[in-house]
Amino acid sequence: MLRLEHTVTKLDGFTLRADLTLEPGRRLAVLGASGSGKSTLLNLIAGFVLPDEGKVIIGGLDRSRASVADRPLSILFQDSNLFPHLSVFDNVALGLRSDLRLDGDQRARVSDSLAQVGMDGMESRLPGSLSGGQQSRVALARMLLRDQPLALMDEPFSALDPGLRREMLDLVAALCDRTKLTLAMVTHDLRDVSGLCTDLCLLESGRIVLQGPLDDILADPPALIRPWL
Amino acid sequence: MADRAQPLTFLQGLGGCVAAGVALVLLGPLAAVALRAEEAARLTGADWAAIRFTVLQALLSAALSVGLAIPVARTLARRVFPGRRLLVTLMGAPFILPVIVAVFGLLAVFGRNGWFSQVLDLVGLPPIEIYGLHGVVLAHVFFNLPLAVRLFLQGWLAIPTERVRLASSLGFTARDIRRHFEVPMLRATAPGAFLVIFLICTSSFAVALILGGGPRATTIELAIYQAFRFDFDLGRAAMLGAVQVGICAVAALLVLRFAIPRVLGGSLDREPMQWEAFVGRGRFADGLIILLAALFLVLPLLALVGRGVDAMAGLPPSVWHAALRSLVLATASAALALALALPMAALMARRTRTGLELIGALSIAISPLVIGTGAFLILNPIANPVALALPITGLVNALMSLPFLLRALLPAIQQAEASQGRLADALGLKGVDRLRHAILPRIWPSLGFGAGLSAALSMGDLGVIALFSSPAQGTLPLEMYRLMGSYRTDDAQGAALLLLALSLALFWVFDRGGRLRATA
Repeated sequence: MLRLEHTVTKLDGFTLRADLTLEPGRRLAVLGASGSGKSTLLNLIAGFVLPDEGKVIIGGLDRSRASVADRPLSILFQDSNLFPHLSVFDNVALGLRSDLRLDGDQRARVSDSLAQVGMDGMESRLPGSLSGGQQSRVALARMLLRDQPLALMDEPFSALDPGLRREMLDLVAALCDRTKLTLAMVTHDLRDVSGLCTDLCLLESGRIVLQGPLDDILADPPALIRPWL
Repeated sequence: MADRAQPLTFLQGLGGCVAAGVALVLLGPLAAVALRAEEAARLTGADWAAIRFTVLQALLSAALSVGLAIPVARTLARRVFPGRRLLVTLMGAPFILPVIVAVFGLLAVFGRNGWFSQVLDLVGLPPIEIYGLHGVVLAHVFFNLPLAVRLFLQGWLAIPTERVRLASSLGFTARDIRRHFEVPMLRATAPGAFLVIFLICTSSFAVALILGGGPRATTIELAIYQAFRFDFDLGRAAMLGAVQVGICAVAALLVLRFAIPRVLGGSLDREPMQWEAFVGRGRFADGLIILLAALFLVLPLLALVGRGVDAMAGLPPSVWHAALRSLVLATASAALALALALPMAALMARRTRTGLELIGALSIAISPLVIGTGAFLILNPIANPVALALPITGLVNALMSLPFLLRALLPAIQQAEASQGRLADALGLKGVDRLRHAILPRIWPSLGFGAGLSAALSMGDLGVIALFSSPAQGTLPLEMYRLMGSYRTDDAQGAALLLLALSLALFWVFDRGGRLRATA
């Protein structure tokens, strides 16, 4: 599904070197300290930055120079996932048509995706009147509706309290199980990804220093990962 | 270095075309002026006198405005008193006040028969002479003192509260505060403030038109007007225009050298809570400073309202026609300015390029009269410039307000892009949809403010329209000037009040509209 081939990305004095493979349906946790390059890695996959060297291959095609909109993926950011002036329904509907002119079938699909995340009945509310967890659910509903094979998440629930964060991660896990979504999620807390992610890559100073199936790594943790346990 | 990858949006792409168009429209007339100036004879003694007077009055105006602004801003920054917020708001008013209206108000207070002269007469002193250098400098100080106060006030309010508290805990005296906080801030702010005001005063036309004149009080702008309008000596007008551009360019380059703090927007009405430990004494002196500043700003406006109310009822139809013409012109000019500024600001938010910034600020350095002269030179062989006076005025007014609009829009667009740009990219929002969902909802207040500013500036403009309009095409400021010239003082007073009311109303409607749209 996703392959980074010898990518080198230089940005504002920082260099990220990454080789990475993620098979379809797998869920990757991207772990690392602040400044290690987690967000740059996600931006590279998303297309917000372009590599100086190497290739970004998504769905078997070289997308190294493609813009964000031309890559088959959905993104959930840390914050600002919703347009504050649009209703819950319209925010989700943007995933289908940017001019918001939906036919009956499309409207039904929007309602269905809202129902899947437990937000039915709140279609006319504005984001400002929702709790943080509810806002995350709306953004998830749009991600579902866009139906892209690859999802990128940049610590999307970090602002939520621990209980709510666990609830949202469980919801994401359930949605991924149901839709066979491939996922790459940035986190700085290994506890967040247990039960959700299948793979792990650890970044240090712009390099991937550890990569593999999460269960294998946790079964016999190498020294590098111990501070994160 | 890796690319920040997103391609330019439609709006940003359009910004490049608009910037090129703006540069062409501003530099084309300039080139025409330069070519014609080469053919002209050398500068005469009168021209040199105009150059000397322009520089002298600008130097005096800038020095007085800056010098007087420091104690006013210092008091506003350090004292809490009833009406402080109103006074700070009032400091922004002269910016949208039509020049001719303000000059009329100043005449009512400081003129031969004005209130001030009447007080002087009571104590046996002669009235003050408002025409000539005194009057020009007085009017320029009236307009620019508030600007300088806002610049300095911003400097004072930017001193972090924590640092002042630290100073308090270290036992700083008032003298230490001056040495460590105030003097460095003034050193950083004053040169920029001085140069901005100098630049504004070198290209001010309407003040010199009404209060100047004669061999000893003619500015370059006024000399251009006289060469154009009375002598129809286009070569001399072009030569003077070239000199004017040269002086403004030098001043503008110096302004760019000294970074100017923002004067539009900003939370200048923040209450000064951190200076309690250092402002115990000098309460009377501070009170006097605030009272004098407030009177200086308010009295001319009060005089205008007092004298204009009765006269408004009997205004001749020509004034109402001119008012309608001005309203249409100001609205069209504001719409054009927005149409130019929005794509340019979108591009500037994405890319910082010196060339783009220079184009955005170009009209500050090029006087409208020079552009008008150049436009006349270009149009004269192919069309009747007089017939095009109103469209040209609208275009020039829009270009003149462009730097202020860019200043208002740029931070708002940068903020919108920072908070919603990546989401819009991720959802593939392009063109109108991106503008509609990601940008406009975030910038309505700035759009409203910018449109209001542009409309008010255009409403009160007495520049290029004075160059080549026919009486049938006169705007309200021009009609008012004609009434003053024919000594129909009552009608002129009524027209002044009407112009003031319409300018403020236009600004309010747009500004309020933008704010309401943002919360709708």
